[in-house]
Amino acid sequence: MSGAGQYSDERAREIIAAHMGLEGPAMPILHALQEEFGYVPDAAVKQMAEALNISRAEMHGVVTFYHDFHRAPHGRHTLKICRAESCQSMGAEKQARAFLDKLKLDWGGTTPDGALTVEPIYCLGLCAHSPSALYDGEPIGRVDAEKLDEIAAEARD
Amino acid sequence: MTKVYIPLDMAAVAMGADRLAAAVTKEAAARGENIEIVRNGSRGMLWLEPLIEVETPAGRVGYGPAKVKDVASLFDAGFLSGGAHRLSIGKVDDHPWMTRQNRVTFARCGVIDPLSMDEYEAHGGGAGLARAFQIGPAATIEEVTKSGLRGRGGAGFPTGIKWKTVADAPADRRYVVVNADEGDSGAFADRMIMEGDPLSLIEGMIICGYAINGSKGYVYLRSEYPQAAVVFGKAIEVAREAGWLGTNVRGSGFAFDIELRIGAGAYVCGEETSLLESLEGRRGIVRAKPPLPAHVGLFGKPTVVNNVLSMATAPMILEKGSQHYAELGVGRSRGTMPLQIAGNVKYGGLCEVPFGLTLGEIVNDIGGGTLSGRPVRAVQVGGPLGAYLPPWLFDTVFDYEAFAAKDSLIGHGGLVVFDDSVDMSWMARFGMEFCAIESCGKCTPCRLGSTRGVETIDKIRAGQNVDANIELLKDLCHTMKFGSLCALGGFAPYPVESALRHFPEDFRKPALEAAE
Repeated sequence: MSGAGQYSDERAREIIAAHMGLEGPAMPILHALQEEFGYVPDAAVKQMAEALNISRAEMHGVVTFYHDFHRAPHGRHTLKICRAESCQSMGAEKQARAFLDKLKLDWGGTTPDGALTVEPIYCLGLCAHSPSALYDGEPIGRVDAEKLDEIAAEARD
Repeated sequence: MTKVYIPLDMAAVAMGADRLAAAVTKEAAARGENIEIVRNGSRGMLWLEPLIEVETPAGRVGYGPAKVKDVASLFDAGFLSGGAHRLSIGKVDDHPWMTRQNRVTFARCGVIDPLSMDEYEAHGGGAGLARAFQIGPAATIEEVTKSGLRGRGGAGFPTGIKWKTVADAPADRRYVVVNADEGDSGAFADRMIMEGDPLSLIEGMIICGYAINGSKGYVYLRSEYPQAAVVFGKAIEVAREAGWLGTNVRGSGFAFDIELRIGAGAYVCGEETSLLESLEGRRGIVRAKPPLPAHVGLFGKPTVVNNVLSMATAPMILEKGSQHYAELGVGRSRGTMPLQIAGNVKYGGLCEVPFGLTLGEIVNDIGGGTLSGRPVRAVQVGGPLGAYLPPWLFDTVFDYEAFAAKDSLIGHGGLVVFDDSVDMSWMARFGMEFCAIESCGKCTPCRLGSTRGVETIDKIRAGQNVDANIELLKDLCHTMKFGSLCALGGFAPYPVESALRHFPEDFRKPALEAAE
């Protein structure tokens, strides 16, 4: 899992500077910041706005538009469960609901011990192996309740 | 040295291909067998993944779906020389799934090492670009136009005409942008090309750049496809090292380069103007058209925005000539369509066939019906904005016009099969919910209509004023269809209306509970 780096203004400045040669650098910078810190800190957004010469409001609008970018740290592990139609045709919705209920979470929630964040995702392109999920970047096909429980247990370790 | 193929395709990896490759390597070492593992793309027979293929004097023999626990028995059965095993599917090229296809865009996918320029060229790669350089930009566009190739992203706009519009637009810079934001559920063809034959996409982009006199190409790939990002990123390096990218493409004097950009989970960025906004570093808000991106596109410059499949098909059209491609298909839908069959289906995968099969042939003959074994109740074609079709419309011919005539669309060619346990009022609700989650917010019908749609369907499902609320829902769908700025709000009513039309009984059950 990425995002172990502690936030520092200096490190954020380096990351921003490294991308300034690109055409339209905002998205690559945001991905790099999240990769480094595990989230997109407000302090980094302020620096970005200055570097890109746009208002903070505008920069804030970009960060919050995209589902992938989050403004606070997530759990140590992230499980993304597909909710799209193909996975629903194989019972994904009920299965996910039962899993979330068991963890006493809603979509996007993190377990109280900070181990696992569970997010919805809309299609991983693994539709011939529905239901599918992505655990810390690892794709999983034909996910069943047992597999979800295994992941929850593994995340706690 | 025996060549053993184990796919790197994300679907194969999701079913354990990486662990399988490690186990085969270990077992071979323990037994003193001299093997070379090639991580290929997928052949598209996804229900057989992970599919191990072994190169034998008689051809490539396949075993699948193979698990780590099968490895020892595969060695015991002599699979390295094509030995019999319960997982054997025989010669892969002779499999009925393969023999009924006419692979054009996917000719090399699953066959070659996707990151080997030598293998790419040995299988015809590069010939299209060489011919483009030979005949010049104008004749290149002419070839693509005459082939009848239409944009495979969904709208079906003629690719050659788009290229010509951009080439003719006066500008100091022009861009090539590939839309790899394949967000439709049931669609995975773009992903498979980018993982299984990425050099064909790169070659297509170079051809396009040359034809329109552009020097820079961007691929906008969705973040939900991490494996495609890795493989395509490596392929760009392979192409650059081979002299295909840079200031002097293959010694032609033409300069072109490609950059991979990753999206951030916004479905609407599959809409071309929203995609361009995102590339420029802004919120993915849809732009009003006109001006078309072909005139005022990325950074205000004339821009070709093409789907992955359209672009990856261009090299073959140049190589074999427009006539070869135009001879396939029916009516105004020329060439082939890589069908993606998914959901509750027995044989899920990618099957590239000329346009003209019926929906029933695709679902029942190729897909083999449902995985659950229950009757098929509905098929959603074309992703979350596509209509749900019932079995009594299975005689519909799979092409752009026939589907439009049935108030539906083929979109990106993805089909999701549902059995009779599906609750269609729930799926209609989900269609509206998805639109509400993904709406960019620019236009009112989409932004508010989708949320009101969820609420209205909730009332119908709860049995409140059902007749009046169904009327209201139909009216809302009409407003969204004709009042929205882009296809997200404009097509989101298709699944809802088709569910209402074909499955009215699902909206009249006494007080339904939301699926829990």
